[in-house]
Amino acid sequence: MNQRGKISSQTPQLQLHSPAPYHSLVFSISKSHSQTRPLRFSQPPLTLSGSQTLPAAVALPRLSPSPRLASTLGFTLNPRVASPPAPFSWPSMAASDAPNGDVLIRNAFGSVLAFLILLLIGVLAFSIRLFSVIKYESVIHEFDPYFNYRVTQFLTKNGIYDFWNWFDDRTWYPLGRVIGGTVYPGLTLTAGTLYWFLHSLNIPLSVETVCVFTAPIFSAFASWATFLLTKEVKGVGAGLTAAALLAMVPSYISRSVAGSYDNEAVAIFALIFTFYLYIKTLNTGSLFYATLNSLSYFYMVCSWGGYTFIINLIPMHVLLCIVTGRYSSRLYIAYAPLVVLGTLLAALVPVVGFNAVMTSEHFASFLVFIIIHVVALVYYIKGILSPKMFKVALALVVSIGLAVCCAMVAVIIALVASSPTKGWSGRSLSLLDPTYASKYIPIIASVSEHQPPTWPSYFMDINVLAFLIPAGIIACFSPLSDASLFAVLYIVLSVYFSGVMVRLMLVLAPAACILSGIALSQAFDVFTRSIKFQLPSLSDHSHIDARDASSENIVPDDTIKTDKSEDTPKERMTKRSKKKEKEPVEKPPTKFQIKKRLSVLPFEASIIAVILLVLLVAFYVVHCVWAAAEAYSAPSIVLTSHSNDGLHVFDDFREAYAWLSHNTDVDDKVASWWDYGYQTTAMANRTVIVDNNTWNNTHIATVGTAMSSPEKAAWEIFHSLDVKYVLVVFGGLVGYPSDDINKFLWMVRIGGGVFPHIKEPDYLRDGQYRIDSMATPTMLNCLMYKLSYYRFVETDGKAFDRVRRTEIGKKYFKLTHFEEVFTTHHWMVRIYKLKPPKNRIRGKNKKSKSKTSSTTTSKRKGTRRNPF
Amino acid sequence: MLRFALTLLLFTLAFGVLSSSPVFSDLILAKVDRRIDLTSQIVRITTSLKVENAGSNPISEILLSFPENQAKHLAYLTATLNEGKGKGKASSGAGLPTEVVIPKDVPDSLTFYSVSLHKGLGKGESLLLDVLAVFTHALEPFPEKISQADIQLLLFQDTAHFLSPYKVMVQSVAVKLPEARVESYTKLEGTKLSGSELKYSPFHNIPPFSYLPIIIHFENNQPFAVAEELVREIEISHWGNVQVTEHYNLFHGGAKNKGEFSRLDYQARPYVRGASAFRRLVARLPPRAHSVYYRDEIGNISTSSLWGDSKKTELEIEPRYPLFGGWRTAFTIGYGLPLRDFLFESDGKRFLNFSFGSPINELVIDTLIVKVVLPEGSKDISASVPFPVKQWQETKFSHLDLVGRPVVVLEKNNVVPEHNEHFQVYYKFNSLSMLREPLMLIFGFFFLFVACIVYMHADLSISKSSASYLAKVQWEEVQATVQQIHNIISHCLTAHDKLEASLRDLSRTGDVQACKATRKSVDSLLKGVSKDLKPLVTFLQSSPQAAHILPKVEELIAKERDLQERLMAKHTTVVDCYEKKLGGREIENRIASNQQKITSLRQEVDDLMEFIDEI
Repeated sequence: MNQRGKISSQTPQLQLHSPAPYHSLVFSISKSHSQTRPLRFSQPPLTLSGSQTLPAAVALPRLSPSPRLASTLGFTLNPRVASPPAPFSWPSMAASDAPNGDVLIRNAFGSVLAFLILLLIGVLAFSIRLFSVIKYESVIHEFDPYFNYRVTQFLTKNGIYDFWNWFDDRTWYPLGRVIGGTVYPGLTLTAGTLYWFLHSLNIPLSVETVCVFTAPIFSAFASWATFLLTKEVKGVGAGLTAAALLAMVPSYISRSVAGSYDNEAVAIFALIFTFYLYIKTLNTGSLFYATLNSLSYFYMVCSWGGYTFIINLIPMHVLLCIVTGRYSSRLYIAYAPLVVLGTLLAALVPVVGFNAVMTSEHFASFLVFIIIHVVALVYYIKGILSPKMFKVALALVVSIGLAVCCAMVAVIIALVASSPTKGWSGRSLSLLDPTYASKYIPIIASVSEHQPPTWPSYFMDINVLAFLIPAGIIACFSPLSDASLFAVLYIVLSVYFSGVMVRLMLVLAPAACILSGIALSQAFDVFTRSIKFQLPSLSDHSHIDARDASSENIVPDDTIKTDKSEDTPKERMTKRSKKKEKEPVEKPPTKFQIKKRLSVLPFEASIIAVILLVLLVAFYVVHCVWAAAEAYSAPSIVLTSHSNDGLHVFDDFREAYAWLSHNTDVDDKVASWWDYGYQTTAMANRTVIVDNNTWNNTHIATVGTAMSSPEKAAWEIFHSLDVKYVLVVFGGLVGYPSDDINKFLWMVRIGGGVFPHIKEPDYLRDGQYRIDSMATPTMLNCLMYKLSYYRFVETDGKAFDRVRRTEIGKKYFKLTHFEEVFTTHHWMVRIYKLKPPKNRIRGKNKKSKSKTSSTTTSKRKGTRRNPF
Repeated sequence: MLRFALTLLLFTLAFGVLSSSPVFSDLILAKVDRRIDLTSQIVRITTSLKVENAGSNPISEILLSFPENQAKHLAYLTATLNEGKGKGKASSGAGLPTEVVIPKDVPDSLTFYSVSLHKGLGKGESLLLDVLAVFTHALEPFPEKISQADIQLLLFQDTAHFLSPYKVMVQSVAVKLPEARVESYTKLEGTKLSGSELKYSPFHNIPPFSYLPIIIHFENNQPFAVAEELVREIEISHWGNVQVTEHYNLFHGGAKNKGEFSRLDYQARPYVRGASAFRRLVARLPPRAHSVYYRDEIGNISTSSLWGDSKKTELEIEPRYPLFGGWRTAFTIGYGLPLRDFLFESDGKRFLNFSFGSPINELVIDTLIVKVVLPEGSKDISASVPFPVKQWQETKFSHLDLVGRPVVVLEKNNVVPEHNEHFQVYYKFNSLSMLREPLMLIFGFFFLFVACIVYMHADLSISKSSASYLAKVQWEEVQATVQQIHNIISHCLTAHDKLEASLRDLSRTGDVQACKATRKSVDSLLKGVSKDLKPLVTFLQSSPQAAHILPKVEELIAKERDLQERLMAKHTTVVDCYEKKLGGREIENRIASNQQKITSLRQEVDDLMEFIDEI
């Protein structure tokens, strides 16, 4: 739309300057007050002059923002602008000094404005994420952040070396976990550094406060990085728009509200910044930026497993550039150091280690690394050989090269095929084949954020950006540069990935913001320009005068420039030209005015379009604020509900954890479903059997089996694991839907995956999961059912479960091997204690009996080989 | 129970030994009235003594004795002289100084406190003395472990006879119990239980050191809130705020819960199935307390309420879960207070006047640590506390401190609400030091900006003579020159546009004079421009780096010249034609050939300009 508008409006403008007959000129001028008409008339000759003027029009988007928004930040400190030009050297031109200064002031003002806008965007990004602190409290959210918080606490207390060597014996009992080697340390180290820095200034913020506010701080950084990236792609205007969009995109807010102390919070910044440095290197061909790029990539590798997205996207872009004939030495500089340095640095991160060269996710980069070298060689040889010789050489090399390549590919395929998962980790495989996980790995499929997203979630998470993206893609193609090609590739890939896993919406969000920013800024550019050139006060006649005036103004300005640059010292020159690309050069006004006037849209249409765009953006802002305030700010450990008599707070989780932490022995082991593992270790400081780092499927399956076994068998499993307390989450009393009964099928499924005596159909009645009187006896006798509904019937006499909206099947029963030790105020968390074995001799008899009867081999192994 | 029997045995022994020891002094206690208050977890024994001097020497100190099992629980002891008539509690003046003494010839199992009188008690004189002794942990739960539904029963043991080194003439004991229900009590001659009051009727002529054990087993469901440790941090800011932070480590000191806790039972009948538990505490904060918070290490605790008037602020806090016997919890409350209510000045010194104990009602504190954080730069620090405490100083670093803030630490064990007296911390502080931190910030930012400016203005190249640096500098000069040429040419083009515009004006208005004037101004402008252009071109020619740009630049200049000439020619022609009043078509014909050239030239010039601009 944008592009066509520009081309269609070229012809009439050219006619103004062409040697048209004077009376026709007169005609067009006399009609200038209603310029829409000549425009429409002159549409047919479009094709005649279109071919000639196309380049000029195409160059427009890149150039036009620069005089408008003047320049970037660095410009504000530029001595040439900061100090007004000496007007007294030209006394004769004194009259024109004022407008001359005006231009400079406008430029300086533009950059200061841009700086201020950026600052405000940072403030916006930070403050929109504070809803959770204001509405709830300054507290760590959800599950994974609690682990990160705990690791950070350890880091700040014990120092970095202890952190690398940390073997955590309070989780995965009795296996333990090597935290230093299995955690992405980026976030923790970032917050730790922040903490140390603040404490070196004697600002006594607690670790918790630092952790809570890390995410908002980094989202401000991320929006600035977006500005830089988009500026490299499409200029300052698009950059500012994209930064503003990113600052409040709901998808990113969902992962970075204050308190959501998770890897993604810093990783998105690292991701965007790495892309920025890549594009910057691509645009400048500077090795300096290339080095910075690999450092930034290193930070990304430290922060998040999503770094594989970078190391696949960039090679793809390089390949695409090569295929489309865009190979240049800049491309080589941008890519080769990144692969070499980046891989070396990535291998330094313990959790990645040799994976950086051994897993398939990284192979694409090496393949492209080889290809780019071949291409570089070809270009080099092409340069030194005559065309004839080159053809001969080409034939030779291609034949040999093909043979070598085939051999290498064969070797690689053999290597990959020899590894069990074909070298791909489960999560990555499920990216390529969405059905993979649900087929083979229930533990991955059981995580809600690994599900494919629904359409509403797109609207929820990126809102109007979804509609602006296509426009942005079109804008990227006019003209297509290496950078805009990258933007297009980025969006295409991230749309695909987000469709696979809802968690990767997060990767889509920056791409969506960048492209929407480009689309919006280009659209505004076209519309406001159209309006500006058609305002009644600027009609054609007066416009020419204005142009005269401006050209007069420019002259002294330039002569001053000439004068000044002659006597500026060399250092000045260096400095200035260092920022040459940032500095707005006084462009010849004529050319621009021609071009600007080429792309004029009807006045009324422009006005309406601008209003509509503003409305669209306003809708986006309203949605974002709503999402930040209502949808994403709940910490999930504190729940609230509004009812007729005011606000109800459900603080049951912390009640239970506080109870565990104060009223049980320090070394007691607490068993619960893995969801609550991180919170239990962090808040209650008790040893857990399994936690949210689901690295050992068998162990989780053991807990799942225990939960789905009858009481006695469960007691034996738990006892063999040295468990003293069992914690279940129960929402039936108050209607909290994500409780253990609703997660129970996953326990059965995961347990059954390892211990075949647990069969899912046993828990389902005609394929339906139910807990009412129609439920199967296995279901009604399993531990989870009993622990959840123990004495539940006595609350209302009917035992009506508010989540399942039914009366439970088995109402009156007693526990023989467990005793209730604590239940929270709203019954959301119930803690049971294992009763001690009653009589050792009898117990042994029972054990041997059970051995012979029903228990599986694995369970027997557990009871027999109880090492504790 | 075993322990109890042991103590009993011990005291019988002690009594046996002591009964033979000599009379301690000539004092006689003519009348002793003991009132034992067992209504809360804190045992308060008020004893009013009528002391008579039966000897000849004036006596200035009176000894009070406590058996060992009471002495280790003794938290607070005051003795006041009662000068008022009658039984009214008009104890006048401040408490008399008391101190621990170890007189000769007494067994180790007794602890003596001596009360010094202001003026000696002469022969035959008598005085009335009120002694308040407060004990903590003196009530023993029995049974020690109860289940959720059980009531809490406590044992209290004491002596019916007033244990004293002096002879007691008449003595009575009254025990006040919280509830009417008494499980059992030692029955002596004339023991009376009426309602919740147990009376041991008067004893006469008790010899010194007589001990008659009594045991009371009774029900008490009062909250047994015991703070194992309480750290109060009082931070003074001279910007007008006193920030108090109190870290509680609380447990229920009563009978331990057996383990099972059913929320159902508790919710259904909280005062039956959970009678011994307590769920809320009330803290009386000073008036005008603001920014009150109540949290623990995992976040805010939402169950609290606050109300207040001009005399006090009342904060009701509810721990995360009801506390049953033996259960623990930990939390922090914090609040700000206006500085002017607590900080005063005298003799050039400032002093903080603040209450020592916890604001929570009826709380027993095993270890209380009060930290007073004074502003950085305070000097001559001293603290005065009305009772003996451990005292030392620390340094705390906070908010941009350089040398740290001096912290006065006061530590005391076994603190009861009676200790809520005011203590003073004196120090000297220069008001100007207040400005130090703001100034530090201002200068910090100032120097940051200065550093930025310096960085932006300075050339930080390491070598200024290396070949690459010089080449770079030269290349930049070339670029600058090319830019200038570009600018100049663009101005020429503007001038051309002006000419064209003037022609258009002419076609419309026919104003030949205006057109000519424009022509003249443009002419002069272009002349000046071509003069400017010359040195720039010569510079480019001389510079080796510009070799590959030079042809383009020269081509541009030549094309522009050509364009300029043709335009002038066209202008002249048109103006001439107008002067000759020729028709529009005629003019068109005349300039047609020129016009085509001009258009193509203009296109070429534009292309070249764009090319140069790219450099």
